[in-house]
Amino acid sequence: MFELIGVPPQALFGQLLLGLINGAFYAVLSLGLALIFGLLNIINFTHGAQYMMGAFAAWLLLNLAGLGYWPALLLAPVIVGLTGVLIERFLLKRLRGLDPLYGLLLTFGLALIVEGAFRQVYGVSGLAYPVPPSLAGGVNLGFMFLPLYRGWVVLASIVACLVTWAVIERTRLGATLRAATENPALVQAFGVNVPRLVTLTYGFGVALAAFAGVLAAPIYSVHPLMGANLIIVVFAVVVIGGMGSILGSVLTGFGLGVVEGLTKVFWPEASNTVIFVIMAIVLLIKPAGLFGRAT
Amino acid sequence: MMASGVRVAAAVGVLAALLLAPFAIYPVFLMKALCFALFASAFNLLIGYVGLLSFGHAAFFGFSAYVAGHAAKVWGWPPEAALLAATLVAAVMGVVFGALAIRRQGIYFAMVTLALAQMIFFLSLQAGFTGGEDGIQAIPRGVLLGVFDLGKPLVMYYFVLAVFLLGFLIIWRTINSPFGSVLKAIRENEPRAVSLGYRVDRYKLLAFVLSATLSGLAGGMKALVFQLASLTDVHWHASGEVVLMTLLGGLGTVLGPAVGAVLIVGIQNYLAALGAWVTIVQGVVFVVVVLLFRRGIVGELLARRRKGV
Repeated sequence: MFELIGVPPQALFGQLLLGLINGAFYAVLSLGLALIFGLLNIINFTHGAQYMMGAFAAWLLLNLAGLGYWPALLLAPVIVGLTGVLIERFLLKRLRGLDPLYGLLLTFGLALIVEGAFRQVYGVSGLAYPVPPSLAGGVNLGFMFLPLYRGWVVLASIVACLVTWAVIERTRLGATLRAATENPALVQAFGVNVPRLVTLTYGFGVALAAFAGVLAAPIYSVHPLMGANLIIVVFAVVVIGGMGSILGSVLTGFGLGVVEGLTKVFWPEASNTVIFVIMAIVLLIKPAGLFGRAT
Repeated sequence: MMASGVRVAAAVGVLAALLLAPFAIYPVFLMKALCFALFASAFNLLIGYVGLLSFGHAAFFGFSAYVAGHAAKVWGWPPEAALLAATLVAAVMGVVFGALAIRRQGIYFAMVTLALAQMIFFLSLQAGFTGGEDGIQAIPRGVLLGVFDLGKPLVMYYFVLAVFLLGFLIIWRTINSPFGSVLKAIRENEPRAVSLGYRVDRYKLLAFVLSATLSGLAGGMKALVFQLASLTDVHWHASGEVVLMTLLGGLGTVLGPAVGAVLIVGIQNYLAALGAWVTIVQGVVFVVVVLLFRRGIVGELLARRRKGV
């Protein structure tokens, strides 16, 4: 076998794939954060916990109701999204017009409650979730072995991001949404029910997080704290990309995942911190973020 | 506002209570509360008086604990030198973090500080001198200035109390100085402060460094008190806790953060055996305070007083 820069190609492509998968989660999660921030002006700290809830919802559907992966991929985001709707209606709504920092603090508190509760019930050992039989096994691509499920995760994430992009940029609903982001009072005056739009947007952003959680369940074990550290990396991704553009968030997410994967190959010790270092560099060179507008 | 005579009497009363407290209450609990009270007061300097929410103060607190622990245990430094080293390292970190973080405002500032602190967490996990998952254990308290044996709980308590009062005095002086007034002006209306000719970034950075430095002092002290420096204190959880203490006591009040710290440390002690319940209760306190009394306990009391008069 040939070698690339002293690294066997299986290891290189294997890590690249892992990087793409992590990047897929960064992309979907930062997309949800950006959507919510655009309309609610709130950074949703509960996002990581809601990703975890998605994975747990899939696990519970399987073990309590006997529903497999495919129904869960649809149902879990709906269920978790509905809890998001409740959170917006009864809690976040009361913070309208206040300093956005209070939204951050409230959702941080919610994350502590949710993660604490799951930890209390399910412990910290993590639960296994099987790969769906239809996606078991893999294919040999010649230069690497591709487990089918991992390929599916990347594909499904890209599709989810593209659909979200298309809805927001290419449909009437999306146009209303963008208008409400720019000027909620004016859109309200045109007869659009902006508060409902806000609630649904939060629910949708949360559902995206839960969708990522279901995708993650067969790869990582289902664990109460699986979203806690992830969300901090996603925050760094959001700072690097800026929250101004949807495609920007998606590209930043995937790109950083790949960079992280490559770091794992060439300098494993730095792989945990590389995204934070990139964030520091971006802050020095382009403080508004790669795709952000100066505020 | 209280008359100055009443204020002095209240201050003397609190001081007397602090001096007598170790005879009535378990000293380790008191020392822990004092460390966190200083930490929260230092944190409040930033959120309460400049309006900057740092979600990464555990980096200064926790990493300084490692520095103090390493200096005291491995290098055999006396406690005053170990604490000084911890404080200086926190100051340097404050300069670097502050210079990066103040390039963004509001919500982004919080995310940047959180991410930078997470980087310190991973460094602490991987760096050899921190002892990884085990932390630095059995840190000697040593003999202060070659005279006071900090191994004795009462001596240690009065030392911690003295450091706390020193730190608290520095914070109090800062917020009641012309510098503090400029900070408040930035908090209230940053563009206006800029148009008045203040170099806002320099003020913000200085406040950030001061806050980080005193947080480091608190962290170093905690390492000496518990003779342990561990990952707990650099974890984002610790950053969240100091936010909670300050919020519960009252953002931007002088005494609020200390009150909040005592309450939260009390809750931790009370619920320690119940595992994840500590986290749940802290989350509930966050939600309740944000929804129902954003001014915090001390802030709410002050507001009521003002209304009553």
